[in-house]
Amino acid sequence: MLLNEFLFLGAFLFSCGVYGVLARRNAVLVLMSIELILNAVNINLVAFGAFRNTPVGQVFALFVISIAAAEVGIGLAIVLLIYRNRRSIDISQLDVMRG
Amino acid sequence: MVAEQIAFGVTAFAMAVGAVRVVTTKNIVHAALWLMLVLAGVAANFILLAGEFVAVVQVLIYIGAITVLFLFGIMLTRAPIGRSADLDNDQRVASLVVGLLVFGLLASVLAKQFGRVHIHPGPVQRTSDIAQSIFTQYVVPFEAISIVLLAALVGAVVIARRD
Repeated sequence: MLLNEFLFLGAFLFSCGVYGVLARRNAVLVLMSIELILNAVNINLVAFGAFRNTPVGQVFALFVISIAAAEVGIGLAIVLLIYRNRRSIDISQLDVMRG
Repeated sequence: MVAEQIAFGVTAFAMAVGAVRVVTTKNIVHAALWLMLVLAGVAANFILLAGEFVAVVQVLIYIGAITVLFLFGIMLTRAPIGRSADLDNDQRVASLVVGLLVFGLLASVLAKQFGRVHIHPGPVQRTSDIAQSIFTQYVVPFEAISIVLLAALVGAVVIARRD
């Protein structure tokens, strides 16, 4: 298999995630797009690990997975707090800190 | 080799469709379910790359836990369960341009740098090899990650607590 197949797939997932983060209004959907980005990174890490025939790529992918779990937990807690305070999770309305 | 190519083609197509649907669908629950398809495809790719342990972890943590967490988040924020028109903001065109530019940049760099590089996933990377690597060379990041997870869990409880 070509290394580039996996890298292109990762790049495509990453681009979809970037589009979702920028274009989505609902905070939960933005978190889902961030998951797409992190999975693209994981594909790249494991692909390079297989390319160099070392387990280190998978080790780093496991680190990324655990960080992603922590990120989703904190992110959803923040989203719940925002919903409780403002009755809405539309992130385009969260402009209190706009200068 | 051909079987691997076919398997990769099928999963890559399903993942591409799923990723596009995650960021374009009008139904927020469907977005979570399409995300589940993409995560399953990522696990299949890990299998193709001979990483069985990380594939199992992907299924357990992402498909098993994080998707359920997303569905709980959708439920608790009383998001519209059916179709809704206001899931996107008014920057869709600009976002599409940015996404395409990112993909074009990455694709050109990757095509130039790794044009015909082949990978030959050897024998399956055994779990014991990964454990050996984690608990010798990367033991300090591993311990740091456990502290981070503990802090994140306590922090999530504190943030979401109602008082």
